Amino acid sequence: MSYMLEGRTGAWEVVVGLEIHAQVISQSKLFSGASATYGGAPNAHVSFVDAGFPGMLPVINQECVAQAVRTGLGLKAEINLFSRFDRKNYFYADLPNGYQISQFAHPIVGTGVVEIELQDGTLKNIGITRLHLEQDAGKSMHDQHASKSVIDLNRAGVALMEIVSEPDIRSPEEAGAYLRKIRQIVRYLGTCDGNMEEGSMRADVNVSVRKPGEEFRTRCEIKNVNSVRFVMHAVEAEALRQIEVWESGGEVVQETRLYDPSKGETRSMRSKEDAHDYRYFPEPDLLPLILEQEFVNALAAKLPELPDEKRRRFCEEYGIPFYDAGVLVADQATADFYETVAKGRDGKLTSNWMSGDFFAAMNRSGKSIENPPVSAADFGALLDLISDKTINGRIAKDVFEEMVETGKAPAAIVEEKGLRQVTDTGAIDDAVTKVLEANQDKVAEYKSGKDKLFGFFVGQVMKAMAGKGNPALVNEAVKKQLG
Amino acid sequence: MSIFDLTIAEAGKKLAAKEISAVELTTAYNDAVAALNPRLNAYITVTPELALTQAKAADARIAAGQAGPLTGIPLAMKDLFCTEGVRTTAASKILEPFIPPYESTVSAQLLAAGAVILGKANLDEFAMGSSNITSGYGPVENPWKRNGSDAKLVPGGSSGGSAAAVSARLALGATGTDTGGSIRQPAAFTGLAGIKPTYGRCSRYGIVAFASSLDQAGPMARNVEDCAILLNAMAGFDAKDSTSAERAVPDFTKALTKGVKGLRIGIPAEYRLEGTNPEILALWDKGIEWLQAQGAEIVEISLPHTKYGLAVYYIVAPAEASSNLARYDGVRFGARVDGVDLIDMYERTRAAGFGPEVKRRIMIGTYVLSHGYYDAYYLKAQKVRNLILRDFTNAFDKVDAILTPTAPSAAFGLGEKMDDPVTMYLNDVFTVPASLAGVPAMSVPAGLNAEGLPLGLQVIGKHFDEETVFAVSAAIERAAGFSALPDVRAK
Repeated sequence: MSYMLEGRTGAWEVVVGLEIHAQVISQSKLFSGASATYGGAPNAHVSFVDAGFPGMLPVINQECVAQAVRTGLGLKAEINLFSRFDRKNYFYADLPNGYQISQFAHPIVGTGVVEIELQDGTLKNIGITRLHLEQDAGKSMHDQHASKSVIDLNRAGVALMEIVSEPDIRSPEEAGAYLRKIRQIVRYLGTCDGNMEEGSMRADVNVSVRKPGEEFRTRCEIKNVNSVRFVMHAVEAEALRQIEVWESGGEVVQETRLYDPSKGETRSMRSKEDAHDYRYFPEPDLLPLILEQEFVNALAAKLPELPDEKRRRFCEEYGIPFYDAGVLVADQATADFYETVAKGRDGKLTSNWMSGDFFAAMNRSGKSIENPPVSAADFGALLDLISDKTINGRIAKDVFEEMVETGKAPAAIVEEKGLRQVTDTGAIDDAVTKVLEANQDKVAEYKSGKDKLFGFFVGQVMKAMAGKGNPALVNEAVKKQLG
Repeated sequence: MSIFDLTIAEAGKKLAAKEISAVELTTAYNDAVAALNPRLNAYITVTPELALTQAKAADARIAAGQAGPLTGIPLAMKDLFCTEGVRTTAASKILEPFIPPYESTVSAQLLAAGAVILGKANLDEFAMGSSNITSGYGPVENPWKRNGSDAKLVPGGSSGGSAAAVSARLALGATGTDTGGSIRQPAAFTGLAGIKPTYGRCSRYGIVAFASSLDQAGPMARNVEDCAILLNAMAGFDAKDSTSAERAVPDFTKALTKGVKGLRIGIPAEYRLEGTNPEILALWDKGIEWLQAQGAEIVEISLPHTKYGLAVYYIVAPAEASSNLARYDGVRFGARVDGVDLIDMYERTRAAGFGPEVKRRIMIGTYVLSHGYYDAYYLKAQKVRNLILRDFTNAFDKVDAILTPTAPSAAFGLGEKMDDPVTMYLNDVFTVPASLAGVPAMSVPAGLNAEGLPLGLQVIGKHFDEETVFAVSAAIERAAGFSALPDVRAK
């Protein structure tokens, strides 16, 4: 069922497109040799090029170009072998040149597509309009001095990829899923760390509403939203505001707005009349960017397996459900951990254990997949003990907890605590006999038709055997003795 | 014979032969600058002590047998080249306090060759002008005088300070930059040779930008040979300038004696503009005869779109300038006038820092790039620019070089052509097309007009074929036998 907002005049459809700014992972900036690393003392990572000094010229950083191409390939997008940089002119104190070097008319990456998955398992394609490279501005701070603003140019000139989607998104959920998917892809590719708190990824959200079947109505752009949750909230808040405007007989005006998370609403930043005239024109300090097809092919050949492909492969190769595979490929490190453990083992068993006890222990102990609660080798060894029936699943849970706590190897724990599974049918039969003798009243009830008591007998036997009985053999023995 | 009569080539030989020392030569020039610069205003900043230090180093280098043709040669550096530790103003008040912490590639290469820098030469503010009157540091006086008149004439522009300095013997040679004629026109106005090389031949790194797609550094000197020596040191690929050409630099001095026998020289019909000064046309005809006499074949050619050159230039150059000059905002370097808020500070700083011509061009440039006007002006200008380039490409299928006048007139009086900017812009009519096409072009002194003022002819060549330009220019120079000297000069 599609997402609709109910207004006084009926249902409204929400139309959303996202412009995601993703900071490129690179050693140095897009057009200078200054370090592009996050942090550092204010203005420590600034070259004369970044500071817009007279006579300074930009020189393109090939690694940033490669990162943009990788990202384009990851978005299944067309790579434009010819692209060009343009100047976007506006004055601001943290924009040293008075223009931003960006790509306007000829972006490096053209149309592509991204598949998103919704809560109910529905898959949907979101079109990518383009991806272009541009430089970031510096940072102005207005709260450091009574009368002055201070400027940090560390980020000025750092490479950004602006990824523009088609207006294919129809709900806050889809907006969130799309943003998460882009983040997942760039993280897999190693082209952006996707860290929204540090601002290395942020989104401008274009929202409009319409009655089903209508043409698009006027949109508003909500600038610089910096979390998935806020994007989802902003879409809903802005859609509701626009519905209210239309339904009160007003008209939505095209403008730039800001989302205020504390109030859960958007407010006007500048209207279309106040919009900058950016006076775009081709950057004369740079030649057009011409890529060789071989350069693109070489990058494509070394592209890592992307989440969608990995997920489908996991289903096939390890026989696990699509949903479970989705959980495992959420990030590259988790997927790698899974594969290390699952290789040569039961993929389904591995997946179940990871989704269950393993993630629970990881979250509980505040650890991460990079610093896991138990090593992949020990985790695998534990699964081996289950598979070769040395221990049963019930005991394995205790062994796992012991592993998390002590860091000991599972075999050592099993030996030390004598947790080996009992498969001796004589011992099992003895235990069953004792349990049945001690519960003759229940045996009578069972025989008169209370089938459910079967589980009770099995539980009592297992308890008597301190959990070590082989569950299948215990079941069999109980069934046999009950006749 | 005075030490000031030496050319770069001659001084270089005497230095190498230790007949004179670099310190001796530099001291003579320092003294000449001290004596005449207060009058001519050819330099904005003089650096006599630094020059002496460099001269001493040059002498040491000569003594060690490691000298090149420019070691110990005193030069003027156009104040558009950033020079580490030496104030660089671009002749603008907005850069009055600016001391660059870096060296431009071209000036660095000259210093590496052992050249001595006497100071920073005056120019039109941000190189915007054809008469050097837009300088924020006062106009430059042309050392040449009309016969029997003491009236002050302009040296041309924008490299007017460089031209006046070399012409008046306040430097042996100078760097210039040429965006639409800023080397060639002042060279013609002061009886000098000056070449705008192919766009991309010299690095633009460290040169205060006017119009990035047109700006090109080049030398100005007393003769063609000196220009070749200077360009040898100035040219070359630079990884710091993405538009600089990654190709080898030939020894340009070798081209000087090639001659023009068998060369096809194009004469563009469209350059015979109606109303052009008959003296200029007569000189052009003389140039044609000189080349013919030396064995060149003269070919009538057509450059049909060059008539739009000026119009295109005065859209493209201001457009780029309006953006290039946005960085002079008072925030990080240069002059600042405080205001109540950021916008007010910008407005006050730029109002006080920029002169009227710069403001005019920023306005024009901003206008032609504005939403709704871009297609009609900037985009159309770019299309016509391509047609102009095609004109040259087509012409160079038939000819090896093109001969035209450099400027439509000789030097004019300070204060003339001031009331109408368009009249002033017409000065560039012959020089602008080569800039738009990016092809090399040189002005050679070819004679005097009836008033005794120098006139120049322009030789235009194919992309990266400066060698033919030098060969043809040297042939004209030999035939013209230009030996006149300006009235005001060091003796």
